[in-house]
Parts: sequence; structure tokens; C-alpha cells
Amino acid sequence: MDIFSNLVLGFTVAVSPIHLLYAAIGVMLGTLIGVLPGVGPVATIAMLLPITFNLDPVAALIMLAGIYYGSQYGGSTTAILVNIPGEAASVVTCLDGYQMARQGRAGPALAVAALGSFFAGCVATLIIATVAPPLAELALKFGPSEYFSLMVFGLIAATVLAHGSLVKAIAMVVFGLLLGLIGTDVNSGVLRFTFGIPELSDGIGFVIVAMGMFGIAEIVCNLELKGDREVFTKKVTNLFPTREDFRRSWAPVLRGTALGSFLGILPGGGALLSSFGAYTVEKKLSKHPEQFGKGAIEGVAGPEAANNAGAQTSFIPMLTLGIPGNAVMALMIGALMIQGIAPGPQVMTEKPELFWGLIASMWIGNLMLVVLNLPLIGIWIKLLTVPYRFLYPSILVFMAIGVFSLSNNPWDVLVMAVFGLLGYICVKLECEPAPMILGFILGPLMEENLRRAMLLSRGDPSVFLTKPISGAFIVASVLLLLAVALPALRKKREQVFVEEAK
Amino acid sequence: MLKIKSPKDFWAGMMFAGVGLFFMIWAVVNYQMGSAVRMGPAYFPAVLGGLMAFLGLIVFAGSFAIEGPKVPTMHLRPLVMILVANIAYGYLMKPLGLVAATAVLVFISALGGHEFKWKEVTILYVVLIVFSVLVFVKGLTLPFPLWPDRFS
Repeated sequence: MDIFSNLVLGFTVAVSPIHLLYAAIGVMLGTLIGVLPGVGPVATIAMLLPITFNLDPVAALIMLAGIYYGSQYGGSTTAILVNIPGEAASVVTCLDGYQMARQGRAGPALAVAALGSFFAGCVATLIIATVAPPLAELALKFGPSEYFSLMVFGLIAATVLAHGSLVKAIAMVVFGLLLGLIGTDVNSGVLRFTFGIPELSDGIGFVIVAMGMFGIAEIVCNLELKGDREVFTKKVTNLFPTREDFRRSWAPVLRGTALGSFLGILPGGGALLSSFGAYTVEKKLSKHPEQFGKGAIEGVAGPEAANNAGAQTSFIPMLTLGIPGNAVMALMIGALMIQGIAPGPQVMTEKPELFWGLIASMWIGNLMLVVLNLPLIGIWIKLLTVPYRFLYPSILVFMAIGVFSLSNNPWDVLVMAVFGLLGYICVKLECEPAPMILGFILGPLMEENLRRAMLLSRGDPSVFLTKPISGAFIVASVLLLLAVALPALRKKREQVFVEEAK
Repeated sequence: MLKIKSPKDFWAGMMFAGVGLFFMIWAVVNYQMGSAVRMGPAYFPAVLGGLMAFLGLIVFAGSFAIEGPKVPTMHLRPLVMILVANIAYGYLMKPLGLVAATAVLVFISALGGHEFKWKEVTILYVVLIVFSVLVFVKGLTLPFPLWPDRFS
């Protein structure tokens, strides 16, 4: 089958009324939660995951993808109007978007963000459709040693590209890997780290960990913040960008799309790195770099396009290799597993309707963002004026219902609270929870592949280096680590993040 | 006496080293190591635990050498209220039902905020419980008991 017939198959799945409905609900709910200040895509998806459990896998994944795009767009809206980034990726949007809002140009900023994202989404969808099949075919040839090395590479890349201390990030990954091992060991049937608690024999639920680490911890942290937020709600009158805005935006959108699509495929890349990268590029290329940070539309258009392109192409490693590149993809893999689907290259051949349906619905989701969200912008803005003291108990109610409904067991809620506490401590100690979630998902897979590879090689660990593909991943991981450990480069890396975060 | 220059790293290093050592020792003592060819259930966690403890020690040692920020003050009230509200919800659901458990969750968690007004929170609770019942129990047909056991 060629791409065209594949896409046709995808669209026949995606445009069935029921799937369109789920995509629409996903986009709406995602925007609804994502627009809340301080709630990023990861927290949004974690909170909304339980409502997809009762759906069939195709519908569930389509809805989750919709939630993802919606929450990202919602995050941009909040960044522009309130100057509160819902997640690290929209920090950049705050810089110039908020300044535009202060100048009364919130409308054009929001519109350019939406249109730029839509364009980026269209391109990224095509890229996925062309790149994913050959990559999946290649991945089908991977043996356990290749998989193990790939996971090592993915985890290291994810920590290197994250900001903050590298050692702490790797320690968090290992923490996650260890937590992932709790439960019954598949090889020997031994109960590991269950401490006699029967509920732990199946391991800790992924959703519960994510909700605790991201949802609960985030709410507690938000409650500590006092301080007024200035919302530019009345000034959003003229939504449409001027001709001048379009003239200044199209090139940044193109560049952002290209950069984002590329960076999104890398492990640890995704939306965050893409938007930071695009902002830096635009600032470097601009004839008026002094306007950046003071309401330059290029500073909204480029990063917004990049962040959406990156968000979308980060599905590629997830769909073809079964390896999550970032925390959102880890959640998607968690959702797939709950649906009884083992993520990996076989998904494309065994469940083409799921694979291509998802890709087609990505495009539809992007279209819906523009069609639904621009007219509804007034409602989202109203939501921003709802005080947090009404919002957080509501979020807690939905999360608690979601977690309790997993197995009707109070234990799950208790575990969520424990991970909420852990997440809170991690925030206080500047240990990022995202690498931990990646490790948590990959823990059992890594052990399994390590065991198989060592069994096949009769206990000779050199197999990871002598097999070409596996060796390449290991060498790449070492190079990455060395690159970051070198003092000169480390300074540069810290500088980039410090400079942009300001 | 060594001076702690980076309290955040000091505590983070302690946490990593402690958790890593715990996993390693627990695995080695309780499960079989096996060999590199046939790894027992203790092998991978022991290696990982050791690695984590080692990384923790690096962070810990670094906290005496490199200047770093203080640990921001922990506000216990929101933390405790949110955690207690959730746990209470979980354990009250079966005996008391959704209506009462949600009330406990909403009111206790609201106590964790900056201001608490009975009227506001009550209205919020009513809205939330009506929504929960309509969407989750009637709509998605989740098997939640609405009322305490003896009434239904």
C-alpha cells in the first residue's frame, strides 16, 4: 500500500461520525483544561485519561490526540493573555504574546498562533505518513539488543535535552525504572518490592503515578502562589491579523515548522525544544531583534508553529518504535497498554486502521482547533477569569473520580496521594518529574530486552557494541553525555535555558 | 565542618542515595541474583539501585562544592489538606457513597486555599455533585454508590 491509499484508509476511519465526535470532544476538553493557568498538556492528559478507558482503542487514541492539541493551544491562550505558561513549551509564547496582548493585539496573536499551528500540523501529518512506515519496517528487524540500546539512547537524550541538572535528571530516570519494576516479575513470577501488599502485585498503575506527580503536585504548588494575575480579556476585540502581520509571520511559520518537525522526532525533543529553538532562530534572523520581547509577532508565529509540529512528529518514535520521546508520549503509550495494545512497530501492520486513523485524525484535530477554538475564544477567556479557588476543587473531583473508577479500590487514591507528595518534594528539590515518567514506562521493557539480549549472547555484554545498530545507539548516547559533560558546552546549554526562561 | 552550599542538591542527593540503596539492598537480600546469562529477579533492580545511589552521592557531594539555591519553604496547609481530602475520598466512597465522599473532598480541599467561604464552597459542591452524578454515574454509568449502604 502506498501513502495515498493508507491516508484514504485513515480518513475513512477518522471521518466516521463517532470518531469525529470524539476528536471534537477531545479538542474541546483539552482546551478547556489546558487553558487553566498552570495546567500543562501532561497534567491535562493525565487528568482526562480515565474518560477514555471505556472507549475502543481507535476512539480513545483519537480523543487523546485531540486532548493533546487542545491543551497545547489552550496553554498558548493562557500564555498570551495571562502571561502564565501552562508548561515549559509555552514559556516562549509568553515573551512576545503577552506583550502583544498588553498592546491590545491579543486577537492577532491568538489568530496567528492558531493559523501557524494549523499549517505546522498539516505539514507534520504528511511527514508522519511518509516517515513512519519505513521506520516501522526497520524497527521490525530490531532484536532485543537493539531495543535495549535504543531505550538507553532515548532516555539519555531525553535527560540531556531537558533543562536543569543532568545528574539529577538521570537519577530521576533510574528512579522511574525502579518504580516500574514493582510488581510480579514476568520471568520468574517472583513478587518484587510489593512488601506484602496484594494491590502491588500488578505494579503501580501508570495513570495513578502521572496524576499524582503532575496533577496533585501541580495543584499544591499553585496554591502556594499568591499574586494577582492581569488578564487581558476586554481587549480581545479584533481577532484578525493585519496584512502586515501576515507578511511578517509566514516565513517564521515555515522555519518553525521545519525546525519543529525535525526536533520533535528526537527523543526528549517534542514541543519544548522546538519552541525554544524556533524563538532563538527567529531572534537571530530578524532585522529587528530589539523588538523581541516587546511584542514581535515573529516571536509568536515561529515558536507556535514549531511547538505544534514538534508535538506531532514526536508521535513518530512512539508509533513506530514504541519508545516515548517525552512525557506526553509516555502517557499515550500508557493509554495504549491499558487498551491492551503493545506499542511498537507491529501496530502499523497489525492495526492499520488504528495507525492511519490516528494520523488522519491528527490533521482533523488541527482543523478543529482552528474551526472551533477561534470562534469560541470568548468562552476560553471567560474561563480565565474564574478564580483558582473554584477551579482546583473541581479538578480534584474529576481526578479522584477517574482514579477511583480504575478499579473501585481506595488503594489507588492513596497511591495517587503518595505520588502527589513525592511530586511536590521533587518540585521543591528541582528534580524534574518528566524523566521519571519515561523511566517508569520503560522499566519492564528494558529489563525484558536486557535479559533476552544477554541470554542470546550467552552473557557477553559486548553484544551491545558489536551489533551495528545497537552499537550506534550506544556510541550516540556516550557522545551525548560527553558533550554535555564538557564544561564549555554545559555552560552554553545552561545559558540557553537561563536566557530564554527569563 | 563542611558547609552545605546547595541545600536543594543536599536533600535531593540524600533522597536518591537512600532510595537507590534501599532498592539495591532489598533486591539482593530478598530475591535471586542469577547470572548475567540468566538474570534473576534481583539482577536489574540491584544494578539500577546501585546506579541511583551512585548518582545520588554525586549530587550529595556536589552540594558541598557548588553554590545553589535554598529549598523554598514548604507550605504544609495546602499540601496536607489536598492529600487528606483525596485519601478521605477514596476510603469514604464505599461506606458513605459518592454524595458524601465528594462533599468531604470539596470542603477539605477548599480549606487548603487562601480563602474559605462556606457559601461559595457549598455552591461549588452542589454544582460539582450534580455534574458528577449526571455525567459519570448516569452518563458514563460508572458503578459508584450514591448513598451510604443502609439507605440503598
